Amino acid sequence: MTSTVTQARAAVRLSGVSKVFGRGANAVRALDDVSLDVATGEFTCLIGASGCGKSTLLSLVAGLEQPTAGEIGVAARQVALMFQEPALFPWLTAQGNVELALRARGASKSERRHRAAELLDLVRLGGFGAKRPHELSGGMRQRVALARSLAQDADVLLMDEPFGALDAMTRDLLHDELDRIRDGHQFTVLFVTHNVREAVRLGDRVVLMSSHPGRVAGEFAVPIPRPRRIDSAPVAELAASITDRLREEMSSHVG
Amino acid sequence: MSVDQLQPTKQAPGRAGAKLWGTAWPKLLAIALVLAIWQLVHLSGWKKAILPGPGTVLSNLWDQARTGLLWHAIGTTVQRALAGFALAVLIGFVTGALVSRIRPLRAAVGSLITGLQTLPSIAWFPFAIILFGISTSAIMFVIVLGAAPSVANGLIAGVDYTPPLLLRAGKMMGLRKISLYRYLILPASLPAFVAGLRQGWAFAWRSLMAGELLVVIANKPSLGVLLSTDQDQADMASATSIIIVILVLGIAVHTLFSLADRAIRRRWGLDLQT
Repeated sequence: MTSTVTQARAAVRLSGVSKVFGRGANAVRALDDVSLDVATGEFTCLIGASGCGKSTLLSLVAGLEQPTAGEIGVAARQVALMFQEPALFPWLTAQGNVELALRARGASKSERRHRAAELLDLVRLGGFGAKRPHELSGGMRQRVALARSLAQDADVLLMDEPFGALDAMTRDLLHDELDRIRDGHQFTVLFVTHNVREAVRLGDRVVLMSSHPGRVAGEFAVPIPRPRRIDSAPVAELAASITDRLREEMSSHVG
Repeated sequence: MSVDQLQPTKQAPGRAGAKLWGTAWPKLLAIALVLAIWQLVHLSGWKKAILPGPGTVLSNLWDQARTGLLWHAIGTTVQRALAGFALAVLIGFVTGALVSRIRPLRAAVGSLITGLQTLPSIAWFPFAIILFGISTSAIMFVIVLGAAPSVANGLIAGVDYTPPLLLRAGKMMGLRKISLYRYLILPASLPAFVAGLRQGWAFAWRSLMAGELLVVIANKPSLGVLLSTDQDQADMASATSIIIVILVLGIAVHTLFSLADRAIRRRWGLDLQT
């Protein structure tokens, strides 16, 4: 995989975006004047303590919610969103879950079957297509969810702490898989996490957000060549310096 | 004819036979217990002149089963039950689908449906008889009013409890309006819908029995008509036989619903026993 992709064209552009939930005295300002450009093909990680509006930001980019102020531009054919929970449909098999995403795009029956099998192979679940979600492990379910996201043929993939509920070993394995899959398909990723090491392990760039209200508090390029390991010294060093900044941010806000 | 008839003649070899026996023996035991208690009451001499013992009733049932009349009556009743229930499911489904999706409609008729569900359907009979006369239509009308609200409410509950996360995932995939309904909301509602069907069936069956006792149509034997004839002739053995037939039919349908429910649970991974 090549290092940081720098292209003039932004896949996602947020300018002066604010989001307020509720009204009057109960209003909560989740995001305040956030501006952020994500270049096409770039892997950007958003980190911050809980309540910094990371997930809200993804919902806005996904179009599931509308900003209170500011503008969001998404230059993509299709945006896919992956959640912390696999959010698979329990009445469908693994294959059926992937096929439904293809069906929503209007793929023909034979195309759906063929492509879904291909995608399950890609996430190393060939042969598990007939299993139902409850018959799969947590890591395998998240792999199916990834295959389903890829089935949407998205060029922008939004990931909301997708590996947050997995054990450390499974998570490391999925980091490698994500790198491998992105080697073949250079889609743009906006990845939300509260794990600083994970952000440094995966991202071309790490964006630090402050809480209450959510603002962009800093940006860090990650000039570490791939393949990376989450426990390698360069990853640990950069993660430590970002963690220091994160702590400063948190103490200045919580008080 | 007595209890020994109910025991299995032989046990099929292999696992299937063992499994069948495993689910069957508690039921057979329950039947044996009921018959034993019944026999004891009979032997005690309480209301001896009126209450027949199990032997008398079972032989009466056997005699009736060899005449065409009982089967004819079962045919009529089951046919009415199926037709009425099918109509109720259709109306309940359409109503539930519309009410769950169209907000003003929901505000208008949502509580009305729940109100109808709690209304004992037998209260509709005078209304139905005035409207349709002594006819099958009157019975059908009451079955539908009794069962459709449960079916509609089952679907509405299923739609309401579709997990928001799955809805978000579906919307991100590009499922919209009809496709969202067809591929996500309806399948997600299936367990609650089946629960609604089951309750709807119970109401339909009760409405039908009440209807057949109240709306006696000449020259059209049904289980209700047989019961009401037994009442007129004070034929307790026959009346008890018919009650047993009604009970067995009810249990049979209940078993079908249980099988459907279990199949869904297994598919969804909700079956904790595995």
